[in-house]
Amino acid sequence: MNDTTSYLSINDIHLQFGGIKAIQGVGFNVRKSEVFSIIGPNGAGKTSMINVISGFYRPTRGQIHFDGVDRTDYRPEQVARLGFARTFQNIALFKGMSTLDNIMTGRLLKMKQNFLSNAFYLGRSKREEMEHREYVEHIIDFLEIQAIRKTPVGRLPYGLQKRVELARALAMEPSVLLLDEPMAGMNLEEKEDMARFILDVNDEWETTMLLIEHDMSVVMDLSDRVMVMDYGEKIAEGAPDEVRVDPEVIRAYLGDT
Amino acid sequence: MWDPLFFVEVLIGGLLSGIMYSLVALGFVLIFKASGVFNFAQGALVLFAALTFVLMLEVTGDFWNWTAGLSIGFAGLAGLLFLLNRYSLLNDAHRLLNIKVLAFSAAIIVALVLAIFIQGGHNMWRGVFIALLLFLVLTVGIRKPNAAAAVLLGVAIIALFAGEINFWRSLALTLVVMIVLAIAIEAVVLRPLVNQEPIILFMATIGLNFVLEGMAQGVWDADVHGLDIGIEDIPFEVAGVYISQFDIFVAVTAALMVGAIAVFFNKTRIGRALRAVADDHQAAMSVGIPLKNIWAIVWAASGIVALFAGLMWGSKLGVQFSLALLAFKALPVLILGGFTSIPGAIIGGLIVGATEKIFEVFVGIPYLGGGTENWSPYMLALIFLLFRPQGLFGERIIERV
Repeated sequence: MNDTTSYLSINDIHLQFGGIKAIQGVGFNVRKSEVFSIIGPNGAGKTSMINVISGFYRPTRGQIHFDGVDRTDYRPEQVARLGFARTFQNIALFKGMSTLDNIMTGRLLKMKQNFLSNAFYLGRSKREEMEHREYVEHIIDFLEIQAIRKTPVGRLPYGLQKRVELARALAMEPSVLLLDEPMAGMNLEEKEDMARFILDVNDEWETTMLLIEHDMSVVMDLSDRVMVMDYGEKIAEGAPDEVRVDPEVIRAYLGDT
Repeated sequence: MWDPLFFVEVLIGGLLSGIMYSLVALGFVLIFKASGVFNFAQGALVLFAALTFVLMLEVTGDFWNWTAGLSIGFAGLAGLLFLLNRYSLLNDAHRLLNIKVLAFSAAIIVALVLAIFIQGGHNMWRGVFIALLLFLVLTVGIRKPNAAAAVLLGVAIIALFAGEINFWRSLALTLVVMIVLAIAIEAVVLRPLVNQEPIILFMATIGLNFVLEGMAQGVWDADVHGLDIGIEDIPFEVAGVYISQFDIFVAVTAALMVGAIAVFFNKTRIGRALRAVADDHQAAMSVGIPLKNIWAIVWAASGIVALFAGLMWGSKLGVQFSLALLAFKALPVLILGGFTSIPGAIIGGLIVGATEKIFEVFVGIPYLGGGTENWSPYMLALIFLLFRPQGLFGERIIERV
């Protein structure tokens, strides 16, 4: 099954921590090259969902298929190898490293060289390093972070850290990009920048994107399709305009009034 | 009685004995770099490695025959698994589980049979120990049984056909043991603690320390064993200064090892992955770094370093329990050099070695009645902590230990 309608197919996912049911039977299909968003109030299970998809949590029940492969039980590094890259809600960067080194870690999987070739064929290793470096510089230009190339990321302001995290994910040349609240905590200008980058990435590399946001207004303009979660369940799915007027969604966001 | 030649001699002697401290400190640095954890069990690793080595030297032909026989047996089992996998007879999860259970019970039975066949208290534990190690190679290799089979056949060949060169045979097998031990530590102790605070990992290494100390002495024994690695401690003269041949040998070995480690961790992508894992577990996993492999590699590396440290110290002091206490001698070295720096461990060792010897000879013996070597390194470290708490080459202030 290689059709584009079920490129990434999430089927009946349940996730339970002890007695707490974080996700209860949520399923959806993400098409190739689309921007798919999951929105919902705080505690709806959105981040749990992204952790399940990226292999950090193992679902209690349900399956995840990617491009026809059952990858439900894959560990994070295996998921990464399949072509999934992600960012974190609370930013997980290598704080002691420079921006450049952080982004270079995204190339680790692409590096072919091993110990012996490193020790004995220095020329080839160096050439490979140069190629990766070139790709990373391209991403740095793309995200307009040239000025902070050598800065240790621990010192960067929040908005820029988010951008470096995106850059590292892009360096992995992902097929699917999982973005966990990429605009949380940003001011309006930073949000607009980030939105532009997300659209540009989608245009340039045709990367499939799974985006999580709790701020509904942000994602509506970005997304091809939107799914809404509340209390660990899916309450709506469809084009942004349909979802916006869905009574269930309005209730979830505004409460029963 | 000031004699510059004598001073130089003491200085050189001190520097060379400092290298011995560096060897122990190196193992700490490797693990601290990779997981931000002070590995309390490093001293026990040294003891474990040295005891394993020295007793493999001492044991009789029976031991080798058993090792070889068991290895061949397990290699056959691994090969069988490989074939089953090859013809995709094991894709079903339940079947795989069954095979694991089967392999496990087979190993237990073999261990028990072995224990009964080889009479005597210690020998029994040795049999169980070998069987468990081999079994571990196998279970780790269940996903890659061909690799496991290759390792086991290698062990069998080493054990059977290495002839009378007992030294190299024991060295090779002890290396295998240390690597398998590292994989076991990762699987049993570290993997359940991914994403936990470093202090929790530190506590786990304290537990590990006792397990290793107990296991080393339970499986082998608690006597003092002499160890002769073929280098005699004869001083020779260079321009009027006497230098110990053995110390020079240690220094050269240490230099080679540091060189190898430096290439391994700075020039390979594993080095980059290692720094990433040390910095942030989650982020490392998200860029596709297999945490468990990195940890196993680092522990194996520090196990190998521990083996060399154990060999050097063991041939100097005899292989005995006090080797485990070397960890405390490495502490001032780490404080001086910084917990995260490999060159720091070397320089720190040199400084500690030189100062303790010079202090002892020129201040301790004439004025303080001698015996200052036991505490002067700690005084030095204490002074250092006041002025440069991160050490000479440390990256950050150590707040985790």
